[in-house]
Amino acid sequence: MKENLILIAYIISAILFIIGIKRLGKVDTARQGNFLSAVGMLIAIIATLFMMDAIPLEWVITGIAIGAIIGAVSATKVAMTAMPEMVAIFNGFGGGASALVASAEFLKIHGGSAANYDTTTLITIMLSVIIGSLTFTGSFIAWGKLQGKISGQPITYPGQNMVNGLILVGMVIFGYLAVTNMSGFVAETTDINMLWFPIVIAIGLILGILSVLPIGGADMPVVISLLNSYSGIAAAMTGFVLHNHALIVSGCLVGASGLFLTNIMCKGMNRSLGNVLFSAFGKVDKSVVQKTTTGITVKEMSPDNAAFTMQAAESVIIVPGYGMAVAQAQHEVRKLSDELEKIGVDVKFAVHPVAGRMPGHMNVLLAEANISYDKLFDMDEINDDFAGTDVALIIGANDVVNPAARHDESSPIYGMPILNVDQAKTTFVLKRSMNPGFAGIGNELFGYDNNYMVFGDAKATVSQFVETLKQ
Amino acid sequence: MELIILLFIAVLATFAGGELIGKVPPQLHTPLMSGSNAISGITIVGALIAVGASGNDRLLAIVGFCAIVFGTINVVGGYLVTDRMLKMFKKK
Repeated sequence: MKENLILIAYIISAILFIIGIKRLGKVDTARQGNFLSAVGMLIAIIATLFMMDAIPLEWVITGIAIGAIIGAVSATKVAMTAMPEMVAIFNGFGGGASALVASAEFLKIHGGSAANYDTTTLITIMLSVIIGSLTFTGSFIAWGKLQGKISGQPITYPGQNMVNGLILVGMVIFGYLAVTNMSGFVAETTDINMLWFPIVIAIGLILGILSVLPIGGADMPVVISLLNSYSGIAAAMTGFVLHNHALIVSGCLVGASGLFLTNIMCKGMNRSLGNVLFSAFGKVDKSVVQKTTTGITVKEMSPDNAAFTMQAAESVIIVPGYGMAVAQAQHEVRKLSDELEKIGVDVKFAVHPVAGRMPGHMNVLLAEANISYDKLFDMDEINDDFAGTDVALIIGANDVVNPAARHDESSPIYGMPILNVDQAKTTFVLKRSMNPGFAGIGNELFGYDNNYMVFGDAKATVSQFVETLKQ
Repeated sequence: MELIILLFIAVLATFAGGELIGKVPPQLHTPLMSGSNAISGITIVGALIAVGASGNDRLLAIVGFCAIVFGTINVVGGYLVTDRMLKMFKKK
């Protein structure tokens, strides 16, 4: 009876998760969807506590209290610009938790107190531990890369693929050893040699580090989304270990939706997932950089003159990029948009699917600055409009407006769909200096006849625009 | 037999998860990723079970305790940060 009640509670929470994810996909219902999903989580937790015969209250309450305080404080304190890193960290903890739960189950088998120790249980424990621990370290490396604590450049060394291959082989061998006993077969027994298990955990942790390090900072959104999918899979594996329906359903939901989201992101860059993960994209090839940066002469314009040009324009399309996020310029950009509209200029925002460090990163920042989302347009919606636009104002975006993606086959971003800013009558590029973008590629747009560079900190430059327009 | 049923559930949930994504406007991709990340914190349920079944085993209790802390960070942080992002999506 009790068992069935709990299963019914799990079904309700699964329904709430599904409706929640569905509603998260529409602007009007998104917040409600997130709330429903949180209610589902609460129901699952309460049902689980209800199921337990003896609740070790001191452990449970202290654990939840510590976790809730850390989670709540970091979620409310984090700056909107650092949102992607924050999600990466939360995700890492989720993966880590799954690995720990599976480890606890393994310890139980060793101690002889486990309910299940058949072949499937042992295999899923290994998978959960490995995927969970690689999600843990991988997420922290992604965080470090976005924070700039670790070089955003892809880190590669000779023989890298071979080392990773050896680690994979090692993972299989040690994973096998950890769940077998002397007779050589996968154990259906509690007689397990504990020596190998820590090695499997270590391999998982190392694999997380080594697989994210060679990926360029510009690809971190894809990595975070993929790691999100992994933590779902780890949770589902843990569900198989514990024969827990709630874990399996929710884990699979997240695992699958995460993979789909990852795929959407890869499509936005016109690349395959394999290419993102294994090609060390954006590694600066010295010869290419020299080729593209020599011979480009750029024209500079003062902020005042750029503001006057926009004042005289009929339409302005603003193209935000990661530079806007770094400079925290979104509020100034809102003021600029307001000022321009006051004098009758038509203002739109063009958001490239991979602008910033996460899909939708720019939308979140612009929404934070109270820019109405019906002014934001996707690449497909707005790309034909550039040709009839007077000014395209590019704030801290680089690779997503680089025309080399269209025609230069030697460029690493060749084939990526870009915003057609070069078709606007005039383009202004707000940039700190002539350094190449996050992907480390020179941008030929800067040398175009209709382009002007406005050098300086994006926030300072945009507020200069606002001052000039107000006069 | 039970394993097959679990597998059955897993396959259905996987397809459901895939179908849920697809017609999502790009501005919601980050909140969606963050929101589904919070759901993966469901592993806290496993952590509770681990602690509940730890008996007198200190090591088990400690491992389970860490899992509860990690899982709660994922759940509480995940939902709050998603809500904070979504709060900003409103028409003027």
